[in-house]
Amino acid sequence: MKHENWNGFIPGNWQEEIDVRHFIQKNYTEYRGDDSFLADATERTSALMKRLQGLFALERQFGGVLDIDTATVSSLTSFSPGYIDKENEIIVGMQTNRPLKRAVAPFGGIRMARQACEAYGYKLSDTIESEFRYRTTHNDGVFRAYTDEMRAARKCHVITGLPDAYGRGRIIGDYRRVALYGVDRLIEEKQKDKKALEGEAFNTENIRLDEELFQQISFLGKLKEMAAMYGFDISVPAKDAREAIQWTYFAYLGAIKEQNGAAMSLGRVSTFFDIYIERDIKAGSLTEETAQELLDDFVMKLRIARHLRTPEYNELFGGDPMWITEAVGGMGEDGRSLVTKSSFRILNTLYTLGSSPEPNLTVLWAAGLPEGFKRFCAKVSKDTDSIQYENDDLMRQDFGDDYAIACCVSAMKIGKQMQFFGARCNLAKLLLIAINGGYDTTSQMRIGPQMEPLSGDKLDYDTVMERYDIYIKWLSRLYVNTMNVIHYMHDKYCYEKTQMALHDTAVERLMAFGIAGLSVVADSLSAIKFASVSPIRDKNGFITEFETEGDFPKFGNDDDRVDLIAKDMTHRFITELRKTPTYRKAIHTLSVLTITSNVMYGKNTGATPDGRKAGEPFAPGANPMSGREENGALAALNSIAKLSYDDCRDGISNTFSITPDALGKTDNERVSNLVAILDGYFAKMAHHINVNVLNRETLIKAYENPEAYPNLTIRVSGYAVNFNKLSREQQREVISRTFHESI
Amino acid sequence: MSKLGFIHSIQSLGAADGPGVRFVVFLQGCNLRCGCCHNPDTWDMAAGQEALAEDIAAKAERYREYFGEQGGITISGGEPLLQAEFAREIFALCKARGINTCLDTSGSIWNEKVEALIPFCDRVLLDIKYTSNDAYREYAGCDLDSVLSFLKELEKRKIPTTLRQVIIPTLNDDEENILRLKAIANEHSCVDKVELLPFKKMCSVKYDSLGLDFRFGHLPEPSPTKIAELENILK
Repeated sequence: MKHENWNGFIPGNWQEEIDVRHFIQKNYTEYRGDDSFLADATERTSALMKRLQGLFALERQFGGVLDIDTATVSSLTSFSPGYIDKENEIIVGMQTNRPLKRAVAPFGGIRMARQACEAYGYKLSDTIESEFRYRTTHNDGVFRAYTDEMRAARKCHVITGLPDAYGRGRIIGDYRRVALYGVDRLIEEKQKDKKALEGEAFNTENIRLDEELFQQISFLGKLKEMAAMYGFDISVPAKDAREAIQWTYFAYLGAIKEQNGAAMSLGRVSTFFDIYIERDIKAGSLTEETAQELLDDFVMKLRIARHLRTPEYNELFGGDPMWITEAVGGMGEDGRSLVTKSSFRILNTLYTLGSSPEPNLTVLWAAGLPEGFKRFCAKVSKDTDSIQYENDDLMRQDFGDDYAIACCVSAMKIGKQMQFFGARCNLAKLLLIAINGGYDTTSQMRIGPQMEPLSGDKLDYDTVMERYDIYIKWLSRLYVNTMNVIHYMHDKYCYEKTQMALHDTAVERLMAFGIAGLSVVADSLSAIKFASVSPIRDKNGFITEFETEGDFPKFGNDDDRVDLIAKDMTHRFITELRKTPTYRKAIHTLSVLTITSNVMYGKNTGATPDGRKAGEPFAPGANPMSGREENGALAALNSIAKLSYDDCRDGISNTFSITPDALGKTDNERVSNLVAILDGYFAKMAHHINVNVLNRETLIKAYENPEAYPNLTIRVSGYAVNFNKLSREQQREVISRTFHESI
Repeated sequence: MSKLGFIHSIQSLGAADGPGVRFVVFLQGCNLRCGCCHNPDTWDMAAGQEALAEDIAAKAERYREYFGEQGGITISGGEPLLQAEFAREIFALCKARGINTCLDTSGSIWNEKVEALIPFCDRVLLDIKYTSNDAYREYAGCDLDSVLSFLKELEKRKIPTTLRQVIIPTLNDDEENILRLKAIANEHSCVDKVELLPFKKMCSVKYDSLGLDFRFGHLPEPSPTKIAELENILK
């Protein structure tokens, strides 16, 4: 097949089949130089960005939400076109008809939409309320099927953050397909897939797939309609860089208009765009300045994307995030890096537009990346605290060289794999429930297998582990089954039509489980094993506190005695999870990631044997508990690097904060040292790191005087936030985290 | 049997004591009592933790991946020359593993054991505290000559050396001092770098908790502009 808009590209099988990866491999130009070619923001860009800054300030003044359209259900075509400044925009398209105005998305759950409106002083319109009286939402479906035990586990917060009241997210459409092939071709392919079902056994699986294909095709049509409202015909392939970016953005925009998923990630678009940009530069129709301008305009659109959330949601996932994660860099299977000039350009938006949490720029780090790119990344980290790093040498083995990251740390092959998101369970609370024989002292609920609380004056390691295993088995089964209910209902009542249309029909599914409190559990078990832990009982005989005497190894000091306990916990847990079959034969995966929910998890967990008091926050993700690292930053990194990616295929999040002085004396030294640290950490087969180079004092000042720091961006746990958008409690926890300082 | 020594602590990430990313071992015990010392908790040898040289080297090995082309191990203190045999074994083991070695010292001790240690140093950070003998005697408790003769030994053996000086307002933040420091650097071809470190008072809490008097506690910290000014003289 041929199309005139493909002129100048190296032809290949990508023209015959939907295969964006193949197109990229055939056509991209690796860039091995440094950042000296980059252009600054143009006047147009700066003026438009200034306008946005004004809107962001207004949004803050309005308590975080500028405006809500309470009468229109968000969908691809339900809003008339919106602009920031129509004449001066290069890439267009908005979720609603005005920037930062939020739409309601009730298909995940009407209750959440209603509460979110009320939290900001609005009221969901009567029309929507009455329409949805006759509709089943995902949330309705889930609660029809939840068992008593599932409800109890949710209520006592041993499993929390489940996507049962809103869109599940964590699905990345291959938005590039729209640009490369045009929508008509995609419809044609989906029609072929639907036709191919004829004559197959029409069992549950195939009937469901047949209907899903119908929905996918229908929404590809709506996507065309949406673009047409903005004056574009996306039925055909994009003819230049501007169209390629515009088409791709329309596809993403369609997805976020349709779904309010927890994480709506972008994929891996910059090197794909680079092919078009290079072609235009060669043709003389683009310059470095106008190329940067295209990416700047695109990123501005991403920075104004918003979903309407409840305050309870923000408690778990603070800072109003969208997780518009863009994976940058990485290596190709042929040994060339996938770094192009546009990999630099997309990072450069943190300078041209200023630092920002969104899009969630994620560098796929590999030993073989060009030195110039490594140094530029380190410089951007040092200057903006806005990027995260993930180990491409590790992920490439499982996911090839065209994967992207959903949310924070979840890798998936673009357009070929999707994920059933499953939040996380609280391993520390589970330990306390086990010790108390099926009683949660915080919620005062009985849950799980019922037995006597552990007896004796001192906790014995083997006895505790034997008991813990029983409860891990119990919770694993319950957790998988709960997820099965959620995702069955989401497919049934809130299926991602646009996003799944941008996947292969034969998609592989991952079911992502998660754990919180890993370092609390590791340290607690270490205390029981190496120190002396005496339980303190309340009048009913339940253990509510512990007296821990003596020293014990603590996670974060490169001490195998405790680090291997942490590693073993993840192994035990995923092994148990795998024993219960998943909905749609999804592959079980596990993450060690908390987002900002470590604060809330801690609040709902009693005192633990490691000396953590009741209600105190957990460390985020896989981090050691704050203040327990006694041997400096690299020792902490080594501890985390011991956790196995084989057990935690959904990612292991580590947030690292270091003061500029501790990283080196001059800017040049800081860049070199950060590159060395990243190279070292990933050579240890670690998975992920968030890097902050800043002083605690800056955060304290921003805490006390928010207005003076409107754009302070920091990495927290797999994503970045505007510090001012965190709750006071979350801010205090971030300030209390370990900052590696010079001595 | 591996050498037993006394260490104060280990810092797995040091970016201030030698080139690149460094694994820093602080040895316990010091022969000087500098008024500006920021590690008074390393003075008393008896307060250290025992450690075997081979264990320290094995620990350093765990950080090899982070060292890149420049980094490695640094032995600091305290005064590492007081435990020269211990330091020598650590360095010998590290060098055998291809790990770059760097010694952070006051250079105030010279004996056979120190002489045996020097060839195992890829670099020495030599802390020249003052450039006059009077100040040395008054504020450090040793002679400038002992340090200069240590530097001569480094020169003889062509050990790449960084001269360092803590800049303390009113004591050595004058142009004359910096010019003398520059002259010392110029007279020794082994010196390829001079670093001025601002005097810092963060350590006053350590003095308080040890019940010790912080002799320079009354002096101010130098301003960054002052340091930059003095650095300009060095250029």
